[in-house]
Amino acid sequence: MAEFFLPPNSKIRKDGRVYKAPPGAKQVRAFKIYRFDPDVNENPRLDTYEVDMDQCGPMVLDALIKIKNEIDTTLTFRRSCREGICGSCAMNIDGKNALACVSACADVKGDIRIYPLPHLPVIKDLVPDLTNFYAQYAAIKPWLQTRTPPPPDRERLQSKEDQEKVDRPSACILCACCSTSCPSYWWNSDRYLGPAALLAAYRRIVDSRDEAAGERLDDLEDPFRLYRCHTIMNCTEACPKDLNPAKAIAEIKQMMVHRRL
Amino acid sequence: MSSYKFVDHTYDVVVVGAGGAGLRATFGLAEAGLATACLSKVFPTRSHTVAAQGGISAALGNMGADDWRWHMYDTVKGSDWLGDQDAIEFMCKEAPAAVIELEHYGVPFSRTEDGRIYQRPFGGMTTHYGKGIAQRTCAAADRTGHAMLHTLYQQSLKHDARFFIEYFALDLIMENGECRGVLALDMSDGTLHRFRAHQVIMATGGYGRAWFSCTSAHTCTGDGGGMALRAGLPLQDMEFVQFHPTGIYGAGCLITEGSRGEGGYLTNADGERFMERYAPNAKDLASRDVVSRAMTVEIREGRGVGKLKDHIDLHLEHLGAAVVKERLPGIAETARIFAGVDVTKEPIPVLPTVHYNMGGIPCNVQGQAVTRTGGSEAVVPGLMAVGEAACVSVHGANRLGSNSLLDLVVFGREAAQHCARVLKPGSAHRELKADAAAPAIERLDRLRNAKGSKRTAEIRLNMQLVMQNDAAVFRTAETLNAGKRKLAEVFASFADVNVSDRSLTWNSDLIETLELENLLLQAVATLHSAENRTESRGAQAREDFPNRDDQKWLKHTLCWVDASGASRFDYRPVHLNTLTDDVESIPPKARTY
Repeated sequence: MAEFFLPPNSKIRKDGRVYKAPPGAKQVRAFKIYRFDPDVNENPRLDTYEVDMDQCGPMVLDALIKIKNEIDTTLTFRRSCREGICGSCAMNIDGKNALACVSACADVKGDIRIYPLPHLPVIKDLVPDLTNFYAQYAAIKPWLQTRTPPPPDRERLQSKEDQEKVDRPSACILCACCSTSCPSYWWNSDRYLGPAALLAAYRRIVDSRDEAAGERLDDLEDPFRLYRCHTIMNCTEACPKDLNPAKAIAEIKQMMVHRRL
Repeated sequence: MSSYKFVDHTYDVVVVGAGGAGLRATFGLAEAGLATACLSKVFPTRSHTVAAQGGISAALGNMGADDWRWHMYDTVKGSDWLGDQDAIEFMCKEAPAAVIELEHYGVPFSRTEDGRIYQRPFGGMTTHYGKGIAQRTCAAADRTGHAMLHTLYQQSLKHDARFFIEYFALDLIMENGECRGVLALDMSDGTLHRFRAHQVIMATGGYGRAWFSCTSAHTCTGDGGGMALRAGLPLQDMEFVQFHPTGIYGAGCLITEGSRGEGGYLTNADGERFMERYAPNAKDLASRDVVSRAMTVEIREGRGVGKLKDHIDLHLEHLGAAVVKERLPGIAETARIFAGVDVTKEPIPVLPTVHYNMGGIPCNVQGQAVTRTGGSEAVVPGLMAVGEAACVSVHGANRLGSNSLLDLVVFGREAAQHCARVLKPGSAHRELKADAAAPAIERLDRLRNAKGSKRTAEIRLNMQLVMQNDAAVFRTAETLNAGKRKLAEVFASFADVNVSDRSLTWNSDLIETLELENLLLQAVATLHSAENRTESRGAQAREDFPNRDDQKWLKHTLCWVDASGASRFDYRPVHLNTLTDDVESIPPKARTY
C-alpha cells in the first residue's frame, strides 16, 4: 500500500497573527500573507494585516511595502523595479501567479491572499529558492550559438520578419510565474525544463542568426525535458508579459516531428 | 565581534554589481582567463539596467549620415563642457564597435527595412555639430536595456563566470590607501564572505532612491558610493542629478525619451507645445535638463495640466496604433497600468523625475579610481569603477539619453581589458591582516542589533522628502542651506535606528538599513556639493547664480563625507584635451538647443 506524505512545512498553521487597522481608517482591506521563518522549528502561518487603502498606493507591492515600512518590518519579499520589467516580485496573489508591482489591489475581491510562488522551496516568507529554475535556464544554453564568423565591421543582417519571430519571446523577464503555475512542472521540476526555459530555447531556435537549432532540438528530445508539457496552458495564462510559452512549446514539438519527415 | 566567522575567497578580480557594466566587465575578465567573482544583491537580470528603454547611442549611420565626432560634439555640449573630452572621445569612437559586438552576442535589436539595426532620434543627438537631427540611438523596441542585460547575462553563462548571487557587499577592505578586497553578506544564510582580489570593480549603479520620486528601482541605493565614502575616498560631481522629463505623474515610472524620438510631444494647460519657446531648434528633443527646466517653469507659472495644475501632458495619440505597437509597446503597457491611459487615445500625465546620477566614484578612462592626496591626483590601487557608480566623466553636468547604456558596455569592457593588461592570472596575493575587515564587521554588528526608536523606513522617508524639496530641478542658496540643515538632522537620527528583524536568513530589514546608510552619505554629498557650486551648469540650475561660470567652475567637484556627516571639498581639472589627434578639442561656448 502506497503511503503519501506532504513535504515538511507544507501545512499552514491556523494561528496567524492579526494586525488591526489604525482606528479611524475607512477603506480597510485585509492582506492574508504567508509567513515562514526558517529560524524557528514551526510550520508556516497566515498573518493578517489590515491596511488603510486611503493611505496606500494602488498595487499589491505598494501594500506589501507599506506593511513592511509601517506595520511589520520582518515581512520579507523580493522587489526591485516596481514597473513589471525585472521580475523580482513574482508571487501568488489571490490564487494566481503574478508580479505584485503591476497587480492592482482593486482587481482582487475580498481579502487579498498572498503566497510565495507554488511548489518551490521557501527560504523565508514570500522568498522562494529559484536555484533550480535558474539552472534550467542555463541548461538550455541561452546564448547565441554560431559557427559562421560574423561580419567583422557590421551587424549580422536580419529581416524585420525574422526579427519579429524573436521579438516577443525575447521579452521574457524570468519571473517564473509560468513554470511555477504548471502542474507538470510541480510534479517533475527535477526533469521537466518547464515553460520559461523552453521559451528561452525556442527564442534561440527561431532566431535567424543562431546556427545550433539542430543541437538545441537534440538536447530537448527527451521524454521529460520537453514532453512533460501536456498543453495545460497555465503558463500562458500566468505570464505577466502576455507571452505565449505554451505556443512556443507546441512549435518545438512540431519541429521535432518535421525534422523526422 | 568574535562571533562572526568568515568564509575567505581569493580571486584575481572581484566585480561588485551585475548590471550592464558589471556583467560586461565580468565576462570580459572571465574571457581573459582571470579568476573572477561577480557579487550581486539581486539576480543579474533584476538589475536596473533591465529598465532602460530607449536605446544605446552609436554613430552607425544606418538611417542617415553620422560620424562619431558629431556624437562626441553632442556629448560634450550635453555635458555643458564638464565632461572630460578624452573620455568622451574614447566612448564615442568605440561606440559603433561596441554596439556591433552586442549584436554579435545576440541582442534582439529592432531592424530597418534592409535588415540593419534600427536607430531612432534622441534628445541632444544631432548631425553636423548641431545642425540636423541624428538617428543614432539603437533600439530593441522600447526595452533595449532588458534586451542588453539578458544578452550580457547569457554571455556570462557562456563564459562560465562565477557569480555570488544575493550577496550584499558591506564594505571595501582597505589597507594603507589600497583596496585589497570586499566584505559581503550572503543574504540567504547571513554568513560573511571576505573576498581578496587584486582589483575590485565597483559596478553598483546610482542612488536614485535618495529622492522621494524617482524612476530608479528600489534597489538603486548607490552602495558602491557609500562604501567609497566610508573608505575615505571622494565622490565626484555629486551635485549633478538628472531629472528625466517624463516620469509618470504619481507613480514615477519611466516613459522613454524614445517616445519623443518617435514623434511624441509635450503640451501645457493651454494645449501649447511649449518646448518651441525654450528650444526653437530641437524642441521636444532638447537635452533632458533643458526640457525638465522648461516643464518646471510651465507648471510654476500656472500652466500645468490636471486638477492641481501640477504636471504636463505627453502626446503619442497622433503616432498611430501601429507605430506604438512596433516601437513603444512597453510604454503603452506602463501608461495603461500606472496612469490608466490608452496612449493611442489620450495624453500621458508626466513630470520631471529623478533618473540618473552623473556623479560617482572618480576614475580615469581605464576605470581606475582616482583621488587627490597632498594636492596631487593619484590612482587608488586595487579599486576601479564602471557604469553609473563611476564618474569617468563622460556625462559631465548632464547625460544625454542613450549614452548610459553605451557607457556601460564601453567602460565595462575597457575595465576588463585593463585588468587583462596589468594582471597575470593566478598571481600571488599578499596576506590580509587578521583584522582587515574589522571596521566593516563593527558596522554590521551595530546595525544588526540596532535598538533605537526609529524605523529604517521612517528615516528613509525623511531623507527622501528633504532631497525631493531641496535637491530639486531649481536650487538657491536658501533652499540648499535649508536642505543641508534638515538633512543633518535626518543623518543624526540614523544613530537612533531600529532593526527589528534579528534573523540571519534573508534579513531585508537589515539590508534596507545598510542601504539607507549608503543613501544618507550620498544625499549629504549631493546637497553639500550643490550648495558649494555657485553657478548653473547642466543639471545644476542655481536661480541665484543663473549663468555658467567657466572662470571659476570649469572643474570637477570632489566631495568627502565623514562618519559625522561633515563634508570637505577639493577639485579636479576638466580634461579639455582629446585622447588622440583624430578630433579637435571642443572649446566651451554658449549652450542652446
